[in-house]
Amino acid sequence: MDAESVQLKDDNCTGRIVENDYSVVAVCLGTGGIAAGGENVFKKFEEEIKRQGLDAVVGKRVCKTAKTGCRGLCSKDVLVDVSVGGLATEIYERVTVEMVPQIVEEHLIKKTPVTKWLVKDDYHKFHDNQYRLVLGNCGIIDPDHIEDYIERGGYKALKKVLETMTREEVIEEIKRSGLRGRGGGGFPTGQKWASCTKYSADETFIICNADEGDPGAFMDRSLMEGDPHAVLEGMIIGGYAINATSGYIYVRAEYPMAVKRMNYAIIQAKEHGFLGKNILGSGYGLDIIVKEGAGAFVCGESTALQYSIEGKRGMPRTRPPQSVEAGLWDKPTVLNNVETLANVPIIINRGADWYSKIGTEKSKGTKIFSLTGKIKNPGLIEVPMGTTIRQIVFDMGGGIPKKRRFKAVQIGGPSGGCLPESLLDSPIDYESLLGVGAMMGSGSFVVVDDGTCMVELARFFMDFCARESCGKCPPCRIGTTLMLDILTRITQGKGEEGDIPLLEEMCGEVKTMSLCGLGQSAPNPIKSTLRYFRDEYIAHIRDKICPTATCIALHKYEVASEKCTKCQACIRNCPVKAISGSKTESAFIDKTKCIKCNLCYEKCNFMAIK
Amino acid sequence: MAETNLKSEKKDELDLSKTEEILAKYEGAKGAIIPILQKIQLEYGYLPESAIDLVAERLNTSASELIGVSTFYAQFHLKPRGKHIVKVCCGTACHVKNSRGLTTKVHQKLKIHKNETTEDKMFTFEEVSCLGACGIAPVVVIDSSVHGEISPDEFEKLLDEYKNTNRE
Repeated sequence: MDAESVQLKDDNCTGRIVENDYSVVAVCLGTGGIAAGGENVFKKFEEEIKRQGLDAVVGKRVCKTAKTGCRGLCSKDVLVDVSVGGLATEIYERVTVEMVPQIVEEHLIKKTPVTKWLVKDDYHKFHDNQYRLVLGNCGIIDPDHIEDYIERGGYKALKKVLETMTREEVIEEIKRSGLRGRGGGGFPTGQKWASCTKYSADETFIICNADEGDPGAFMDRSLMEGDPHAVLEGMIIGGYAINATSGYIYVRAEYPMAVKRMNYAIIQAKEHGFLGKNILGSGYGLDIIVKEGAGAFVCGESTALQYSIEGKRGMPRTRPPQSVEAGLWDKPTVLNNVETLANVPIIINRGADWYSKIGTEKSKGTKIFSLTGKIKNPGLIEVPMGTTIRQIVFDMGGGIPKKRRFKAVQIGGPSGGCLPESLLDSPIDYESLLGVGAMMGSGSFVVVDDGTCMVELARFFMDFCARESCGKCPPCRIGTTLMLDILTRITQGKGEEGDIPLLEEMCGEVKTMSLCGLGQSAPNPIKSTLRYFRDEYIAHIRDKICPTATCIALHKYEVASEKCTKCQACIRNCPVKAISGSKTESAFIDKTKCIKCNLCYEKCNFMAIK
Repeated sequence: MAETNLKSEKKDELDLSKTEEILAKYEGAKGAIIPILQKIQLEYGYLPESAIDLVAERLNTSASELIGVSTFYAQFHLKPRGKHIVKVCCGTACHVKNSRGLTTKVHQKLKIHKNETTEDKMFTFEEVSCLGACGIAPVVVIDSSVHGEISPDEFEKLLDEYKNTNRE
C-alpha cells in the first residue's frame, strides 16, 4: 500500500482532527441505523443542541448534525461520530435516545468523551483491517449533500474525462486497470464498453444494475444509500465512453431508501451541470432515470432486466445477440453493476497503473462483501482481491459468537457454494472461487457455525431458486422443483438410498441445459454441499439423523446429558409435563407423554435436545 | 373467501379518477406499464380489476397482458390487503439466524400463512427474500418500520402491540 492509500485509510478511521471552530455530530442513517432508531437519535441530538443553546455556550463553534450513510458495522448501530473542535473524532456505538443528553453535556460542552459508550476494540479490528476504497465515503459524507462529495474529490474524474480524454482513452484506461464486473460474472468492464462501441445506432443505453436480489447481499444498497454520487459519476463516465444517449438505474423494489437517495442525487447532479444536456460544456449529454423493480430475482439477469424496464415480464432470452449489440429496445446497451461503476471514478482519478497494483494477477482492485450469519461483527467489508477467507472471518468478523465452531461460509448466494473449514486459507478472487466450487456472485458472505445443517441450507437455496425461476425453460422450472422435492424429503427423514446420485445427475442436467445464469448456477449450493459435507447427507438418508439437530422431523426428543445445564427451561415450557429433572439432575423426556410439539427444542439454549 | 372478496369488490363503484391521473402522467412514455401499476397499487393498496381494465384500454393492450406482468412480479397484489403488512425476511442471513421461528409465530398468532390476510383485514403476512439489512438479521418489517435482531418472543410482543392499538 502506498503513502496515498494509507492516507486515504486514515481518513476513514478515527483520529481525524477537525478544525477548531467546528463540531459535528454524525449519525448513521442507513437502513441498519434507522432500524436501530437512528432517526430518533438524530432528532434528539438536534433538540438537545438547540436546547443547550450550544452556539452560545461554546462560543463561535458551529454545531451541526449530519446524516451519514451506512458505515458497515450495522450490528453496532446506532453509530454516532462526535467531532469536537481540536479533538480527535470519537465514535459511539449502540447509541439510544436516552444517551444523547449525556453525550451532549459531557462531550460537546465539557469536551470529555463518555468513554464507556465509545466503540470497543472489535470496531477498530473490523475497520482497520479493511481497505476502504469504494466505500471510502460511506459513513463519512452526507449522501444528500453533493457538496460533501465534491469536497472529497467528487466529480473530478468526470471533469478530467470530459476535458482531457477521448472516448477511446477512457475505455483503454478502464481496460488497463483490469476492472471486472462486480455483479458476479467478472467480465472485463473495459472490454464490454469497447464491444458496445462497435455497434452504431440512433440510441445507446447504459444501465446500472442495482437489482441486488441475492439474499444476504447488501453492498449495492449501502453504496447507493451512502455514496450515491460515486455511482452516478461512474455511470456518466461510462455513458461518455460508449456515447450513451440515456441511462437507467434499475433498483430493486425492496430498497425504497436507495431509490430516494439516487433520485435526489440525480436532481443535485443536474443542478450542478454534471448531468443533463451539454455536461460541463463538453457537448456530451446524458439523462439518467431511476427504474424501480417489482420484486423478481431473475431480473438481475441482464436480458430479463431489460425486458422489465420495457414493462414486460422479466424473462431472460437466448443470447446472442448480446446486450451490447441489441439490448434495451434492441439498441446497443451496456449493463454494469453498482459496485463496478463506483470503481470507475477511482480508476480515472488515480490511474490504471495505480489501480492494477491492488489485488491479484487476474482480479484487480477491491471487493465489497456483506459479512453476515453466525459472526461476531456482521457488516459490510471491503478488502483487496486475494484476501483469504480466514482473514475476513476471524480478523475482521471477530470469529464465531457463543463459543461455537466455524463450519462453513456460503459465498455468492443461490449461485454460489459452501466452503468448509479446510478452505479457510484460500484466497478470494474470481478464479480461485470458481475452482473450489463457489462463485464471487454479488458478494454475499454468510458464515455458518456447527449448529447449521448443510442439507437444510441447500434446501433453503433450492427453495429460493425454484420460487424465483421465471418458468420459461423447463430444465430450470421443473429441475429446481424436483431437486427441491428430493431435498425436502431428505430433511424430513424420507430420504432414499439413490437420492445422492440422482441429485448429482440432475445438478449436471440443470446446469448444462438451463437458458440463463439463474438456472445454470442453481445447482451450485447442492453440488458444493455434496462435495464438502457428503456425510451429512448420508446421515440424513441412511441413519435418519440430522447431525446438528436442525431438521425438526428428525428430532428424537432425547436429552444429551453432556450438554444439559440443568436450567430446566424445557421442563417449565413443556405443555404436557413430559420432562422431569431438577437442579442436580439433567432433564429426561418421557416419550410416552411427549407430543413432539418441539417447544423444548426451541427453548433450549444449549442445543441439548436432539 | 378470496373469491367473494373479488366479487364484492367488482360490484363496488371504485373511484377511478386517481387511475386517470396516474395514466395522464405517463402518457406517451415508453415502458410505463410497471411504474403505472406501481403507482396504482400505492394508491389503492392493490391492483383493482377495474383499474387494470382501464389501463389496458388506455395503453391499447390487453388486460391479460397486464395480469401477466403483475403476477410475474412479487410486489403486485390482485387482492385487497390488510391494514398492516407484516414482512418476515427469509434471506440467507435471516434464515441461519432462525427466521423460521418468526414465521411460525405468525402462523400461531395470526392464524395465517404467507400471502394471506387475517379475517378482520388487520394483517397481511408476507415472506420476503431479502431486505438487505442482513447485518441486523433476523429482520421483520411491519408497514415501514424495520425491526432488527428480533427473537420470536419479542416478535410476539410486537404483534400484540399492533393488535391492541387497533382495538382501541
